[in-house]
Amino acid sequence: MQIIKAEHISMQFNMASEKVDNIKEYLIRKIKGHISYDILWALQDVSFTMEAGESVALVGLNGSGKSTFLKVLAGVLEPTGGTINVRGSIAPLIELGAGFDIDLTAKENVWLNGAILGYPRPVMRTYYDDIVAFSGLGQFMDVPVKNFSSGMLARLAFSVMTFGTPDILIVDEVLAVGDFTFQEKCRRRIAEMQRNGTAILFVSHNMEQVREICTRAVWLEKGKVMADGECCQVTEQYMKKGEQAGGESVLP
Amino acid sequence: MGTEMKYGPLLYELVLRDIKIKYRRSVLGVFWTVLNPLLMMMILYVVFSKLFRFEIDNYAIYILSGQVLFNYYQMATTDAMMAILGNASLIKKIYLPKYILVLAKIMSGAVNLAASFAALMIVIVATGGKITLIFFLAALPLICLILYAMGVGLILASYTVRFRDIQHLYSVFCMGLFYLTPVIYPFSILPDYMKRVIYYNPLTRMLDTFRTIVMENQFPAAEDLVFCLVSAAIAVLAGGLIFRRRQKKFILEL
Repeated sequence: MQIIKAEHISMQFNMASEKVDNIKEYLIRKIKGHISYDILWALQDVSFTMEAGESVALVGLNGSGKSTFLKVLAGVLEPTGGTINVRGSIAPLIELGAGFDIDLTAKENVWLNGAILGYPRPVMRTYYDDIVAFSGLGQFMDVPVKNFSSGMLARLAFSVMTFGTPDILIVDEVLAVGDFTFQEKCRRRIAEMQRNGTAILFVSHNMEQVREICTRAVWLEKGKVMADGECCQVTEQYMKKGEQAGGESVLP
Repeated sequence: MGTEMKYGPLLYELVLRDIKIKYRRSVLGVFWTVLNPLLMMMILYVVFSKLFRFEIDNYAIYILSGQVLFNYYQMATTDAMMAILGNASLIKKIYLPKYILVLAKIMSGAVNLAASFAALMIVIVATGGKITLIFFLAALPLICLILYAMGVGLILASYTVRFRDIQHLYSVFCMGLFYLTPVIYPFSILPDYMKRVIYYNPLTRMLDTFRTIVMENQFPAAEDLVFCLVSAAIAVLAGGLIFRRRQKKFILEL
Protein backbone atom coordinates (compact mmCIF):
# COMPACT_ATOMS: atom_id res chain seq x y z
CA MET A 1 0.00 0.00 0.00
CA GLN A 2 1.27 3.44 -0.86
CA ILE A 3 1.36 5.67 2.18
CA ILE A 4 3.03 8.69 0.61
CA LYS A 5 2.37 9.88 -2.88
CA ALA A 6 3.89 13.21 -3.85
CA GLU A 7 3.63 14.35 -7.44
CA HIS A 8 5.58 17.17 -9.08
CA ILE A 9 6.20 19.00 -5.82
CA SER A 10 7.82 22.39 -6.12
CA MET A 11 8.48 24.89 -3.40
CA GLN A 12 9.33 28.48 -4.02
CA PHE A 13 10.73 30.82 -1.40
CA ASN A 14 10.48 34.50 -1.76
CA MET A 15 13.66 35.77 -0.19
CA ALA A 16 13.10 39.52 -0.13
CA SER A 17 9.58 39.49 1.25
CA GLU A 18 10.80 37.53 4.24
CA LYS A 19 13.04 40.29 5.47
CA VAL A 20 10.59 43.19 5.52
CA ASP A 21 8.70 42.64 8.72
CA ASN A 22 7.66 46.09 9.76
CA ILE A 23 5.34 48.66 8.31
CA LYS A 24 7.91 51.44 8.08
CA GLU A 25 10.28 49.44 5.94
CA TYR A 26 7.45 48.09 3.85
CA LEU A 27 6.16 51.57 3.07
CA ILE A 28 9.61 52.93 2.29
CA ARG A 29 10.28 50.10 -0.09
CA LYS A 30 6.87 50.36 -1.63
CA ILE A 31 7.35 54.07 -2.31
CA LYS A 32 10.82 53.54 -3.70
CA GLY A 33 9.52 50.58 -5.65
CA HIS A 34 12.18 48.38 -4.13
CA ILE A 35 10.14 45.35 -3.37
CA SER A 36 12.03 43.02 -5.61
CA TYR A 37 11.93 39.33 -5.12
CA ASP A 38 14.79 36.95 -5.04
CA ILE A 39 13.16 33.73 -6.00
CA LEU A 40 14.61 30.55 -4.66
CA TRP A 41 13.28 27.21 -5.82
CA ALA A 42 13.94 24.91 -2.89
CA LEU A 43 12.21 22.02 -4.63
CA GLN A 44 11.61 21.59 -8.32
CA ASP A 45 9.29 18.96 -9.70
CA VAL A 46 10.00 16.34 -7.07
CA SER A 47 7.92 13.20 -7.34
CA PHE A 48 8.15 10.60 -4.66
CA THR A 49 6.21 7.59 -3.49
CA MET A 50 6.68 5.42 -0.49
CA GLU A 51 5.21 2.05 0.41
CA ALA A 52 4.04 1.09 3.89
CA GLY A 53 6.90 -0.21 5.99
CA GLU A 54 9.60 1.01 3.63
CA SER A 55 12.74 2.72 4.91
CA VAL A 56 13.98 5.50 2.69
CA ALA A 57 16.95 7.82 3.13
CA LEU A 58 17.19 11.34 1.78
CA VAL A 59 20.74 12.33 1.00
CA GLY A 60 22.19 15.52 -0.39
CA LEU A 61 24.41 18.45 0.46
CA ASN A 62 23.36 21.28 2.78
CA GLY A 63 20.73 23.39 1.10
CA SER A 64 19.70 20.68 -1.34
CA GLY A 65 16.10 20.78 -0.13
CA LYS A 66 15.99 17.75 2.16
CA SER A 67 14.49 19.51 5.15
CA THR A 68 12.11 21.49 2.98
CA PHE A 69 10.88 18.25 1.48
CA LEU A 70 10.36 16.68 4.89
CA LYS A 71 8.43 19.75 6.02
CA VAL A 72 6.23 19.56 2.95
CA LEU A 73 5.51 15.90 3.71
CA ALA A 74 4.81 16.67 7.37
CA GLY A 75 2.31 19.35 6.32
CA VAL A 76 4.32 22.19 7.86
CA LEU A 77 4.94 23.84 4.49
CA GLU A 78 2.41 24.03 1.75
CA PRO A 79 4.07 23.37 -1.62
CA THR A 80 3.87 26.04 -4.32
CA GLY A 81 2.95 23.40 -6.86
CA GLY A 82 2.14 19.71 -6.99
CA THR A 83 -0.08 17.41 -5.02
CA ILE A 84 0.63 15.40 -1.98
CA ASN A 85 -1.17 12.49 -0.41
CA VAL A 86 -0.24 11.03 2.92
CA ARG A 87 -2.10 8.14 4.47
CA GLY A 88 -1.63 7.37 8.12
CA SER A 89 -0.10 9.01 11.14
CA ILE A 90 3.22 10.83 10.97
CA ALA A 91 5.67 11.19 13.84
CA PRO A 92 7.82 14.11 12.71
CA LEU A 93 11.25 14.23 14.32
CA ILE A 94 12.27 17.33 12.44
CA GLU A 95 13.77 19.01 15.44
CA LEU A 96 13.97 17.45 18.86
CA GLY A 97 11.97 19.25 21.46
CA ALA A 98 10.14 21.55 19.04
CA GLY A 99 6.92 21.13 20.95
CA PHE A 100 8.42 21.63 24.38
CA ASP A 101 7.62 24.46 26.69
CA ILE A 102 10.70 25.04 28.80
CA ASP A 103 8.69 26.28 31.78
CA LEU A 104 6.72 23.06 32.06
CA THR A 105 7.99 19.94 33.77
CA ALA A 106 9.04 16.92 31.75
CA LYS A 107 5.82 15.17 32.65
CA GLU A 108 3.64 18.08 31.56
CA ASN A 109 5.61 18.26 28.34
CA VAL A 110 4.76 14.63 27.65
CA TRP A 111 1.05 15.51 27.79
CA LEU A 112 1.57 18.62 25.66
CA ASN A 113 3.58 16.80 23.02
CA GLY A 114 1.07 13.99 22.90
CA ALA A 115 -1.68 16.54 22.34
CA ILE A 116 0.31 18.16 19.52
CA LEU A 117 0.42 14.76 17.85
CA GLY A 118 -3.31 14.44 18.47
CA TYR A 119 -3.41 12.07 21.43
CA PRO A 120 -5.53 12.95 24.47
CA ARG A 121 -4.18 12.49 27.98
CA PRO A 122 -5.90 9.16 28.74
CA VAL A 123 -4.21 7.63 25.70
CA MET A 124 -0.87 9.18 26.64
CA ARG A 125 -1.17 7.70 30.12
CA THR A 126 -1.04 4.21 28.67
CA TYR A 127 2.27 5.08 26.97
CA TYR A 128 3.65 7.17 29.80
CA ASP A 129 5.59 4.44 31.60
CA ASP A 130 7.20 3.30 28.34
CA ILE A 131 8.19 6.84 27.49
CA VAL A 132 9.77 7.42 30.88
CA ALA A 133 11.51 4.06 30.86
CA PHE A 134 12.94 4.64 27.41
CA SER A 135 14.18 8.12 28.21
CA GLY A 136 15.80 6.90 31.42
CA LEU A 137 14.75 10.14 33.11
CA GLY A 138 12.46 8.63 35.71
CA GLN A 139 13.67 10.78 38.60
CA PHE A 140 13.55 14.03 36.61
CA MET A 141 9.99 13.89 35.34
CA ASP A 142 8.79 16.59 37.74
CA VAL A 143 11.63 18.99 36.92
CA PRO A 144 10.98 21.88 34.50
CA VAL A 145 12.78 21.09 31.27
CA LYS A 146 14.61 24.43 31.30
CA ASN A 147 16.86 22.81 33.90
CA PHE A 148 17.63 19.89 31.59
CA SER A 149 20.92 19.48 29.78
CA SER A 150 20.68 19.32 26.00
CA GLY A 151 21.35 15.60 26.14
CA MET A 152 18.52 15.02 28.60
CA LEU A 153 16.24 17.16 26.49
CA ALA A 154 17.09 15.11 23.42
CA ARG A 155 16.38 11.89 25.29
CA LEU A 156 13.00 13.08 26.41
CA ALA A 157 12.13 14.48 23.01
CA PHE A 158 13.09 11.31 21.18
CA SER A 159 11.12 9.17 23.61
CA VAL A 160 8.04 11.33 23.46
CA MET A 161 7.93 11.41 19.66
CA THR A 162 8.52 7.73 19.04
CA PHE A 163 6.06 6.03 21.34
CA GLY A 164 3.62 3.50 19.91
CA THR A 165 3.74 2.64 16.23
CA PRO A 166 3.13 5.59 13.90
CA ASP A 167 2.69 4.74 10.22
CA ILE A 168 5.52 7.04 9.19
CA LEU A 169 8.51 8.23 11.19
CA ILE A 170 10.39 11.22 9.86
CA VAL A 171 13.90 11.59 11.24
CA ASP A 172 15.87 14.69 10.30
CA GLU A 173 19.47 14.52 11.48
CA VAL A 174 18.49 14.09 15.08
CA LEU A 175 20.38 10.92 15.88
CA ALA A 176 23.68 12.71 16.42
CA VAL A 177 22.62 13.81 19.88
CA GLY A 178 22.85 12.12 23.24
CA ASP A 179 25.63 9.90 24.49
CA PHE A 180 26.55 6.68 22.72
CA THR A 181 24.37 4.49 24.94
CA PHE A 182 21.35 6.56 24.00
CA GLN A 183 22.26 6.64 20.31
CA GLU A 184 22.43 2.89 20.41
CA LYS A 185 19.03 2.82 22.11
CA CYS A 186 17.58 5.08 19.41
CA ARG A 187 18.86 2.82 16.69
CA ARG A 188 17.28 -0.16 18.41
CA ARG A 189 13.99 1.70 18.78
CA ILE A 190 14.01 2.55 15.09
CA ALA A 191 14.76 -1.06 14.19
CA GLU A 192 11.92 -2.17 16.43
CA MET A 193 9.53 0.26 14.78
CA GLN A 194 10.63 -1.00 11.36
CA ARG A 195 9.77 -4.53 12.43
CA ASN A 196 6.36 -3.34 13.56
CA GLY A 197 5.66 -1.92 10.11
CA THR A 198 6.50 1.77 10.55
CA ALA A 199 7.86 3.40 7.42
CA ILE A 200 10.98 5.47 8.03
CA LEU A 201 12.04 8.57 6.16
CA PHE A 202 15.56 9.29 7.22
CA VAL A 203 17.87 12.25 6.69
CA SER A 204 21.48 12.00 7.75
CA HIS A 205 24.95 12.88 6.58
CA ASN A 206 26.28 9.74 8.13
CA MET A 207 26.33 7.28 5.21
CA GLU A 208 27.06 4.32 7.44
CA GLN A 209 23.93 5.03 9.43
CA VAL A 210 21.94 5.52 6.24
CA ARG A 211 23.04 2.14 4.85
CA GLU A 212 22.34 0.45 8.15
CA ILE A 213 18.79 1.73 8.46
CA CYS A 214 17.52 2.18 4.92
CA THR A 215 16.99 0.00 1.90
CA ARG A 216 16.29 2.78 -0.55
CA ALA A 217 17.80 6.23 -0.97
CA VAL A 218 16.81 9.41 -2.76
CA TRP A 219 19.50 11.90 -3.70
CA LEU A 220 18.48 15.51 -3.89
CA GLU A 221 20.57 18.29 -5.35
CA LYS A 222 19.44 21.89 -5.70
CA GLY A 223 15.87 20.82 -5.18
CA LYS A 224 15.88 18.13 -7.85
CA VAL A 225 15.95 14.38 -7.62
CA MET A 226 19.29 13.17 -8.96
CA ALA A 227 18.79 9.50 -8.22
CA ASP A 228 16.27 7.25 -6.54
CA GLY A 229 16.99 3.60 -5.95
CA GLU A 230 18.85 0.98 -4.00
CA CYS A 231 20.47 2.53 -0.95
CA CYS A 232 24.11 1.50 -1.42
CA GLN A 233 24.16 2.44 -5.10
CA VAL A 234 22.65 5.85 -4.62
CA THR A 235 24.81 6.76 -1.64
CA GLU A 236 27.89 5.66 -3.57
CA GLN A 237 26.97 7.83 -6.55
CA TYR A 238 26.33 10.71 -4.19
CA MET A 239 29.63 10.28 -2.37
CA LYS A 240 31.56 10.02 -5.62
CA LYS A 241 30.00 13.23 -6.91
CA GLY A 242 30.74 14.91 -3.62
CA GLU A 243 34.39 13.90 -3.73
CA GLN A 244 34.73 15.18 -7.29
CA ALA A 245 33.13 18.48 -6.43
CA GLY A 246 35.23 18.71 -3.29
CA GLY A 247 38.33 17.89 -5.32
CA GLU A 248 37.52 20.48 -7.94
CA SER A 249 36.98 23.23 -5.49
CA VAL A 250 40.46 22.84 -4.01
CA LEU A 251 42.07 23.10 -7.42
CA PRO A 252 43.19 26.59 -8.40
CA MET B 1 -14.58 17.37 11.23
CA GLY B 2 -12.14 14.61 12.04
CA THR B 3 -9.26 17.00 12.49
CA GLU B 4 -11.25 19.25 14.82
CA MET B 5 -11.83 16.33 17.15
CA LYS B 6 -8.20 15.34 16.93
CA TYR B 7 -7.02 18.71 18.21
CA GLY B 8 -9.46 19.01 21.09
CA PRO B 9 -6.85 17.60 23.49
CA LEU B 10 -4.32 20.12 22.22
CA LEU B 11 -6.62 23.02 23.00
CA TYR B 12 -7.10 21.62 26.48
CA GLU B 13 -3.36 21.21 27.08
CA LEU B 14 -2.56 24.68 25.75
CA VAL B 15 -5.13 26.36 27.98
CA LEU B 16 -3.90 24.39 30.96
CA ARG B 17 -0.32 25.36 30.14
CA ASP B 18 -1.16 29.06 30.04
CA ILE B 19 -2.88 28.95 33.39
CA LYS B 20 -0.17 26.87 35.00
CA ILE B 21 2.67 29.03 33.79
CA LYS B 22 0.96 32.24 34.77
CA TYR B 23 0.74 31.23 38.40
CA ARG B 24 3.75 29.01 38.75
CA ARG B 25 5.92 29.90 41.75
CA SER B 26 3.35 32.21 43.25
CA VAL B 27 2.18 31.32 46.72
CA LEU B 28 -1.40 32.36 46.22
CA GLY B 29 -1.55 30.76 42.78
CA VAL B 30 -4.86 31.00 41.00
CA PHE B 31 -6.23 33.29 43.70
CA TRP B 32 -4.38 36.08 41.96
CA THR B 33 -7.02 35.99 39.27
CA VAL B 34 -9.51 37.04 41.90
CA LEU B 35 -7.17 39.21 43.91
CA ASN B 36 -5.73 41.19 41.02
CA PRO B 37 -8.96 42.88 39.85
CA LEU B 38 -9.95 43.45 43.48
CA LEU B 39 -6.76 45.37 44.24
CA MET B 40 -6.99 47.26 40.97
CA MET B 41 -10.54 48.19 41.80
CA MET B 42 -9.53 49.48 45.21
CA ILE B 43 -6.97 51.85 43.70
CA LEU B 44 -9.33 53.10 41.01
CA TYR B 45 -12.09 53.45 43.56
CA VAL B 46 -9.96 55.60 45.84
CA VAL B 47 -8.68 57.71 42.95
CA PHE B 48 -12.00 58.30 41.30
CA SER B 49 -14.32 58.57 44.25
CA LYS B 50 -12.09 60.81 46.39
CA LEU B 51 -10.07 62.76 43.83
CA PHE B 52 -12.37 63.07 40.84
CA ARG B 53 -15.95 62.68 41.80
CA PHE B 54 -18.39 60.92 39.55
CA GLU B 55 -22.00 60.78 40.59
CA ILE B 56 -22.60 57.07 40.30
CA ASP B 57 -24.41 54.86 42.75
CA ASN B 58 -22.34 51.95 43.86
CA TYR B 59 -19.23 53.23 42.13
CA ALA B 60 -17.08 50.31 43.36
CA ILE B 61 -19.18 47.81 41.42
CA TYR B 62 -19.32 50.15 38.46
CA ILE B 63 -15.53 50.32 38.23
CA LEU B 64 -14.95 46.68 39.01
CA SER B 65 -17.33 45.44 36.34
CA GLY B 66 -15.77 47.79 33.81
CA GLN B 67 -12.30 46.78 34.85
CA VAL B 68 -13.02 43.05 34.68
CA LEU B 69 -14.50 43.21 31.19
CA PHE B 70 -12.03 45.64 29.71
CA ASN B 71 -9.07 43.78 31.23
CA TYR B 72 -10.28 40.58 29.68
CA TYR B 73 -10.58 42.21 26.28
CA GLN B 74 -7.13 43.76 26.45
CA MET B 75 -5.34 40.70 27.83
CA ALA B 76 -7.04 38.21 25.56
CA THR B 77 -6.51 40.20 22.36
CA THR B 78 -2.89 41.05 23.24
CA ASP B 79 -2.09 37.43 24.06
CA ALA B 80 -3.89 36.25 20.94
CA MET B 81 -1.95 38.76 18.85
CA MET B 82 1.32 37.17 19.98
CA ALA B 83 0.08 33.58 19.78
CA ILE B 84 1.51 32.88 16.33
CA LEU B 85 4.78 34.76 16.80
CA GLY B 86 5.33 33.22 20.21
CA ASN B 87 4.91 29.69 18.91
CA ALA B 88 7.10 30.18 15.85
CA SER B 89 9.42 27.29 16.67
CA LEU B 90 6.47 24.95 16.96
CA ILE B 91 4.75 26.07 13.77
CA LYS B 92 7.97 25.65 11.81
CA LYS B 93 8.49 22.08 12.91
CA ILE B 94 5.17 20.37 13.38
CA TYR B 95 1.86 20.61 11.58
CA LEU B 96 -1.02 21.86 13.68
CA PRO B 97 -4.04 23.99 12.91
CA LYS B 98 -2.79 27.46 13.74
CA TYR B 99 -6.05 28.97 14.90
CA ILE B 100 -5.85 26.60 17.90
CA LEU B 101 -2.98 28.69 19.27
CA VAL B 102 -5.09 31.86 19.10
CA LEU B 103 -8.15 30.10 20.45
CA ALA B 104 -6.15 28.77 23.41
CA LYS B 105 -5.22 32.32 24.46
CA ILE B 106 -8.83 33.45 24.23
CA MET B 107 -9.95 30.46 26.27
CA SER B 108 -7.33 30.75 29.00
CA GLY B 109 -8.33 34.39 29.26
CA ALA B 110 -11.94 33.25 29.61
CA VAL B 111 -10.98 31.06 32.55
CA ASN B 112 -9.52 34.16 34.18
CA LEU B 113 -12.63 36.09 33.29
CA ALA B 114 -14.75 33.52 35.12
CA ALA B 115 -12.54 33.89 38.21
CA SER B 116 -12.81 37.68 38.04
CA PHE B 117 -16.57 37.33 37.76
CA ALA B 118 -16.46 35.38 41.03
CA ALA B 119 -14.52 38.26 42.61
CA LEU B 120 -17.18 40.65 41.38
CA MET B 121 -19.91 38.58 42.99
CA ILE B 122 -18.02 38.67 46.29
CA VAL B 123 -17.85 42.47 46.18
CA ILE B 124 -21.52 42.72 45.23
CA VAL B 125 -22.50 40.64 48.25
CA ALA B 126 -20.03 42.49 50.50
CA THR B 127 -21.42 45.89 49.52
CA GLY B 128 -24.97 44.82 50.28
CA GLY B 129 -26.14 43.97 46.79
CA LYS B 130 -28.04 40.82 46.04
CA ILE B 131 -27.43 38.07 43.60
CA THR B 132 -30.52 36.94 41.77
CA LEU B 133 -31.40 34.47 39.08
CA ILE B 134 -31.09 37.23 36.51
CA PHE B 135 -27.32 37.00 36.95
CA PHE B 136 -27.35 33.98 34.66
CA LEU B 137 -28.15 36.42 31.87
CA ALA B 138 -24.73 38.01 32.40
CA ALA B 139 -23.40 35.07 30.40
CA LEU B 140 -24.83 36.70 27.24
CA PRO B 141 -22.70 39.86 27.19
CA LEU B 142 -19.72 37.84 28.41
CA ILE B 143 -20.04 35.32 25.59
CA CYS B 144 -20.35 38.18 23.11
CA LEU B 145 -17.22 39.72 24.60
CA ILE B 146 -15.27 36.47 24.30
CA LEU B 147 -16.34 36.03 20.68
CA TYR B 148 -15.55 39.64 19.89
CA ALA B 149 -12.09 39.28 21.46
CA MET B 150 -11.57 36.12 19.42
CA GLY B 151 -12.41 37.89 16.16
CA VAL B 152 -10.15 40.84 16.95
CA GLY B 153 -7.43 38.46 18.18
CA LEU B 154 -7.50 36.48 14.93
CA ILE B 155 -7.15 39.65 12.87
CA LEU B 156 -4.31 40.96 15.03
CA ALA B 157 -2.49 37.62 15.00
CA SER B 158 -2.77 37.43 11.20
CA TYR B 159 -1.19 40.81 10.58
CA THR B 160 1.32 40.90 13.42
CA VAL B 161 3.16 38.05 11.74
CA ARG B 162 3.60 40.25 8.68
CA PHE B 163 4.14 43.56 10.43
CA ARG B 164 5.72 43.28 13.84
CA ASP B 165 5.09 46.93 14.74
CA ILE B 166 1.42 46.18 15.23
CA GLN B 167 2.18 44.92 18.73
CA HIS B 168 3.49 48.35 19.74
CA LEU B 169 0.69 50.20 18.01
CA TYR B 170 -1.92 48.02 19.62
CA SER B 171 -0.80 48.72 23.18
CA VAL B 172 -1.23 52.43 22.49
CA PHE B 173 -4.53 51.75 20.77
CA CYS B 174 -5.75 49.83 23.83
CA MET B 175 -4.97 52.77 26.06
CA GLY B 176 -7.08 55.00 23.83
CA LEU B 177 -9.81 52.40 23.75
CA PHE B 178 -9.85 52.32 27.54
CA TYR B 179 -10.95 55.95 27.55
CA LEU B 180 -13.34 55.39 24.65
CA THR B 181 -15.16 52.84 26.77
CA PRO B 182 -17.03 53.95 29.88
CA VAL B 183 -14.94 51.87 32.25
CA ILE B 184 -14.26 54.45 34.94
CA TYR B 185 -16.51 57.34 34.02
CA PRO B 186 -20.29 57.44 33.60
CA PHE B 187 -21.70 57.68 30.10
CA SER B 188 -23.72 60.74 31.14
CA ILE B 189 -20.73 63.05 31.63
CA LEU B 190 -19.82 62.90 27.97
CA PRO B 191 -20.59 65.72 25.56
CA ASP B 192 -23.13 64.74 22.89
CA TYR B 193 -20.69 64.34 20.02
CA MET B 194 -18.55 61.96 22.08
CA LYS B 195 -21.58 59.99 23.15
CA ARG B 196 -22.28 59.11 19.56
CA VAL B 197 -18.77 57.79 19.00
CA ILE B 198 -18.61 55.83 22.20
CA TYR B 199 -22.09 54.44 21.82
CA TYR B 200 -21.01 52.54 18.71
CA ASN B 201 -18.01 50.97 20.39
CA PRO B 202 -19.09 47.33 20.82
CA LEU B 203 -17.29 47.19 24.16
CA THR B 204 -19.50 49.98 25.47
CA ARG B 205 -22.64 48.04 24.68
CA MET B 206 -21.34 44.81 26.13
CA LEU B 207 -20.31 46.60 29.29
CA ASP B 208 -23.61 48.43 29.43
CA THR B 209 -25.61 45.24 29.06
CA PHE B 210 -23.49 43.55 31.68
CA ARG B 211 -23.98 46.39 34.17
CA THR B 212 -27.70 46.51 33.59
CA ILE B 213 -27.83 42.88 34.65
CA VAL B 214 -25.46 42.81 37.61
CA MET B 215 -26.02 46.31 38.99
CA GLU B 216 -29.67 46.98 38.30
CA ASN B 217 -30.85 43.36 38.21
CA GLN B 218 -32.79 44.15 35.06
CA PHE B 219 -33.26 42.61 31.69
CA PRO B 220 -31.02 44.33 29.15
CA ALA B 221 -32.63 46.10 26.23
CA ALA B 222 -33.15 43.78 23.29
CA GLU B 223 -31.64 46.35 20.96
CA ASP B 224 -28.39 46.40 22.97
CA LEU B 225 -28.19 42.63 23.06
CA VAL B 226 -28.67 42.43 19.32
CA PHE B 227 -25.94 45.02 18.80
CA CYS B 228 -23.57 42.93 20.98
CA LEU B 229 -24.39 39.71 19.16
CA VAL B 230 -24.04 41.26 15.72
CA SER B 231 -20.72 42.93 16.46
CA ALA B 232 -19.38 39.69 17.96
CA ALA B 233 -20.56 37.73 14.92
CA ILE B 234 -19.01 40.21 12.49
CA ALA B 235 -15.70 40.14 14.39
CA VAL B 236 -15.53 36.34 14.43
CA LEU B 237 -16.47 36.10 10.77
CA ALA B 238 -13.99 38.73 9.64
CA GLY B 239 -11.29 37.30 11.90
CA GLY B 240 -11.88 33.76 10.68
CA LEU B 241 -11.77 34.76 7.02
CA ILE B 242 -8.67 36.93 7.33
CA PHE B 243 -6.87 34.33 9.40
CA ARG B 244 -7.70 31.56 6.95
CA ARG B 245 -6.44 33.57 4.05
CA ARG B 246 -3.24 34.67 5.77
CA GLN B 247 -2.24 31.50 7.62
CA LYS B 248 -0.55 29.81 4.68
CA LYS B 249 2.01 32.60 4.65
CA PHE B 250 2.81 32.48 8.35
CA ILE B 251 5.57 29.97 8.00
CA LEU B 252 7.35 32.09 5.39
CA GLU B 253 7.12 35.19 7.53
CA LEU B 254 8.09 33.78 10.91
